[in-house]
Amino acid sequence: MSPAALLAALGRTVLSILAGIGRVTLYALDALSHIVRPPFYGREFGHALLTVGWLSLPVVGLTALFTGGALALQIYAGGARFNAEAVVPQIVAIGMVRELGPVLVGLMIAARVTSSIAAEIATMKVTEQIDALVTLSTHPMKYLTVPRVLAALIVVPMLVAVGDVIGIFGGYAVATQTLGFNPATYLKNTADFLEPFDIISSLIKGAAFGFIAALMGCYFGMRSGRGAQGVGRATKGSVQAAAILILAANFVLTGVFFSA
Amino acid sequence: MIALTQVKKSFDTNHVLRGVDLRVETGTSTVIIGGSGTGKSVLLKCILGLVTPDAGTITLDDQDVLRADRDTFLARFGMLFQGAALFDSLKVWENVAFRLLRGSLKRPKAEAREIAIEKLRRVGLKPDVADKFPAELSGGMQKRVGLARAIAAEPEIIFFDEPTTGLDPIMAGVINELIREIVTEMGATAMTITHDMSSVRAIADRVAMLHDGVIQWEGPVAQLDTSDDPYVSQFIHGRADGPIEAVR
Repeated sequence: MSPAALLAALGRTVLSILAGIGRVTLYALDALSHIVRPPFYGREFGHALLTVGWLSLPVVGLTALFTGGALALQIYAGGARFNAEAVVPQIVAIGMVRELGPVLVGLMIAARVTSSIAAEIATMKVTEQIDALVTLSTHPMKYLTVPRVLAALIVVPMLVAVGDVIGIFGGYAVATQTLGFNPATYLKNTADFLEPFDIISSLIKGAAFGFIAALMGCYFGMRSGRGAQGVGRATKGSVQAAAILILAANFVLTGVFFSA
Repeated sequence: MIALTQVKKSFDTNHVLRGVDLRVETGTSTVIIGGSGTGKSVLLKCILGLVTPDAGTITLDDQDVLRADRDTFLARFGMLFQGAALFDSLKVWENVAFRLLRGSLKRPKAEAREIAIEKLRRVGLKPDVADKFPAELSGGMQKRVGLARAIAAEPEIIFFDEPTTGLDPIMAGVINELIREIVTEMGATAMTITHDMSSVRAIADRVAMLHDGVIQWEGPVAQLDTSDDPYVSQFIHGRADGPIEAVR
């Protein structure tokens, strides 16, 4: 390949990425603008709260429980190398609340909710249900996107809070049952070490990750191609984009919150 | 009256509509015929604003459809989609009463349900279907539910996209009769796209043939069989030889 052709290919790729970022940004702004403008679809919002939040609790809880337990084992084993086994409660707490809680919940939501939203909306698109919505004087952005994005924005921070608590409990259970920690001391150390801003940052991350997860599901669903292959591509693309954007947003938010 | 003047639409290099001129008079039933992939559905979607034409004008009662208030404009329309396009997550009656449960035509829930059941009865479905989900119904029943949804808000204009595709001949005949009865009874303007000639004869007052992106022939249904247009003749007789290229 000649240098000119290589440059042209590189240019096309960069332009394509920039166009994609532009489309997603415009879609996000459009969704946000519709959140504050009537009509509002309460039933769809309630249904989204249930599917994004309540029905995600088992997977979030189990993920957090096992992660908290594994974290306690790792910190104990690692800390033993320089006689710092006692820091298990503090590190489990800070690790779960600041990082692992929000990130793991975000990724679980991307796997469970983003894929489901993308597949559902993409199927609606290929079976002309989106066109039918329009002919029935219903804006797809208001009826499909806004309830899901708003529900995720509200309910994912709650899931993160639940995940943080269960994760800390997982560490507590392992530490007190197998590593010989005193239960009361473990809980006191955890409570003393955590600061209010650790929890606030965790919830803010949860809101951001929830927004990204729901938005990617809706965006890729709405842009789905034809047929089963189109639905499959939309679903795969939505999960990939949501996972990458969640990890990127986590890096940015961690930098903003804790780099000073 | 719906009037299309030199409507053009392309998708990349595929020039689907190359300058469509068509008049649909108020209260008449016009059927657009043409082979698969000739742009019949695109034409309907252009009128509804689901697809934006590249050129040309589409007016409804002398008002440009692209400049009309969307809600007011769409409130005048009902549409039966090819695959019925029922919402899987809603019960049958909620599908039929969709427009009556939200927006400017919103009614109390009990009243909307009553209207939905009445419309279901009108298309030959029993009230016990109302609480089922679309996935529990056969293809023919789904088409009937789609038809009930299209007429639920008693629109002035109804579009039918391939109303009999995928149905057995008896069910197709039933749907054709229902469409004709409902259109006559409501005094609605109807526009149907199909390549099913039995539908054409049962539903149409006037017929327009879309081929190669333009209206190739247009006239009353009574003149269809006697037309000397070679495209129409080949199409209605289903001949492989003629000006319309048949891919084998």
